[in-house]
Amino acid sequence: MKIVVCIKQVPDTTVIKINPVTGTLIRDGVPSIMNPDDKGGLEAALQLKDKYGAHVTVITMGPPQADLILREAYAMGADKAILLTGREFGGADTLATSHTIAAALKNLEYDLIIAGRQAIDGDTAQVGPQIAEHLGLPQISYVAGLEVKDGKYIVKKETEEGYQMLEVAGPALLTVLASGFKSRYMSVGGIVEAYKKDVEVWGVEKVDLPVEMLGLKGSGTKVYKSFTKGVKAAGEVYEVDAEQAVDLIVSKLKEKFII
Amino acid sequence: MNFNLTKTQELFRQMIREFAEKEVKPLAAEIDELEKFPAETVEKMAKLGIFGIPVPTQYGGAGGDNLMYSIAVEELSRACATTGVVVSAHTSLCMAPIMEHGTEEQKMKYLPKLASGEWIGAFGLTEPNAGTDAAGQQTTAVLDGDEWVLNGNKIFITNAGPAHVYIVIAMTDKSLKTKGISAFIVEKGTPGFEVGKKELKMGIRGSATAELIFNNCRIPKDNLLGKIGGGFPIAMKTLDGGRIGIASQALGIAQGALDETVKYTKERKQFGKAIGQFQNTQFQMADLKTRVEAARLLVRSAAFKKDSGVPYSADAAMAKLFAAETAMEVTTKAVQFHGGYGYTREYPVERMMRDAKITEIYEGTSEVQRMVIAANLYK
Repeated sequence: MKIVVCIKQVPDTTVIKINPVTGTLIRDGVPSIMNPDDKGGLEAALQLKDKYGAHVTVITMGPPQADLILREAYAMGADKAILLTGREFGGADTLATSHTIAAALKNLEYDLIIAGRQAIDGDTAQVGPQIAEHLGLPQISYVAGLEVKDGKYIVKKETEEGYQMLEVAGPALLTVLASGFKSRYMSVGGIVEAYKKDVEVWGVEKVDLPVEMLGLKGSGTKVYKSFTKGVKAAGEVYEVDAEQAVDLIVSKLKEKFII
Repeated sequence: MNFNLTKTQELFRQMIREFAEKEVKPLAAEIDELEKFPAETVEKMAKLGIFGIPVPTQYGGAGGDNLMYSIAVEELSRACATTGVVVSAHTSLCMAPIMEHGTEEQKMKYLPKLASGEWIGAFGLTEPNAGTDAAGQQTTAVLDGDEWVLNGNKIFITNAGPAHVYIVIAMTDKSLKTKGISAFIVEKGTPGFEVGKKELKMGIRGSATAELIFNNCRIPKDNLLGKIGGGFPIAMKTLDGGRIGIASQALGIAQGALDETVKYTKERKQFGKAIGQFQNTQFQMADLKTRVEAARLLVRSAAFKKDSGVPYSADAAMAKLFAAETAMEVTTKAVQFHGGYGYTREYPVERMMRDAKITEIYEGTSEVQRMVIAANLYK
């Protein structure tokens, strides 16, 4: 079984702050981490490897510093790591990113592609599904469980109501939830070996697409403005019984023309 | 000169910090309160290879270095000093002497199981009448045919009970004084070997500390570690390495207490502002932070020297002396900054202060460290 896992390096948004004047992220001193859902995706692949045997390749598109999460992937148990990097890819939105990664994936053999559901920096949840569309693959998103039976993948998909159990034949693409796959720690031996291994660096030559489809040029989204919500005045507190509370809330909502 | 960790060491630090935060810290108070050996954590650490960090891969280890091992003990102890010392005693006091003095057969027999964490290791030197004066060994080992017969008692042995493999120091020829001392490998379950009563301690209460009792305990002749009469230098060298481990433990405790105090003094308000905003707090905290960083440089320098294969005995003693006294100072002041709350078990600094004290005592008291440092100065 050949599995490719798409991973992304993101700023740890649990410690990040936003500059209220410029509306941009303050990245100084913020650690860069492997995106949690992607780490869940890697864990899903490694669990299949542990159970059934598999070759796991991780690929990331990003600046040279993204090498760090590839080393982490090696230390967790990945077999091969690819860094897709180049100035041409800079400024990409989800469309340009998915075009680029999909084109790069055409260089690889795979039975399964796994991506994280969404990245904690952009929160779009678009790149995985878009890659599946570009490659013409069946896709299942929001995956919280994964087994292999009779050569097919038995997938537990999370929905708002509960779970769906689905079956899909490879090659397919799954987007995975971190909550479904508690990721393992890097092993000490894996860490010692991680920097002794090679990370393949792929540039624009591995992406068979016109340059207009890459990076900022290939992006359909243009950011007009980003801002943080200002702090509003303190709310009003009423201590009343339930019936009075209902009347009060209704009158307040009417007052503000909400209902 | 380069003060940076290598990329590998940095990646390792990231892993062990996360492991300590998520897996070790939540159990620290309970382990202390119930005086419970952290068996579950030991199992998790074994799985990750934490019990075999500096052991070469051909013996089943991770192939890492002593600096990584030091970082591991530091980060584990930052969360829970008990967990830190389990790894420290196992690595420095049991695996290291086998790695450094064992025959190929002994290495192949013991290291893979120790490095994988399947077996835990311990070391027995201290006796009721041989503490700082370790040369006064009363445990004896007499060769009888193909077996050594051990008799005597060892006390205050870390990991005693959970451990499977014990490095035991015993007198083989009293007339030769220190040159009549030898080292042995004793396995759990050997007839005539028992683990005695568990000590009730002030700190590191989850760590198993007990007596080893040898009553006509017969072990194979091949379980002699090193040469006959070579036990005293083996013990002293083992303690040199062990001091890096305990210095790392002390450093971790100090860092943990410092971090807790920064957090607390940011939150705790008196006289209308956070107590961390008072200059008295800030100046004291600045001094503590400086001490902790100085301790870290000493600890890392000693570990680096051991990895570089140069003499490190005095460096390890200085690191241990300074880190232990730093741990005591930082934790005592941490309790003071927490006020009444700091004296309760609601906050971890109370435990940290009790845990810190042992680092000034075991693997050579602070007085012994000063003796070692001075001996190197006046040799």
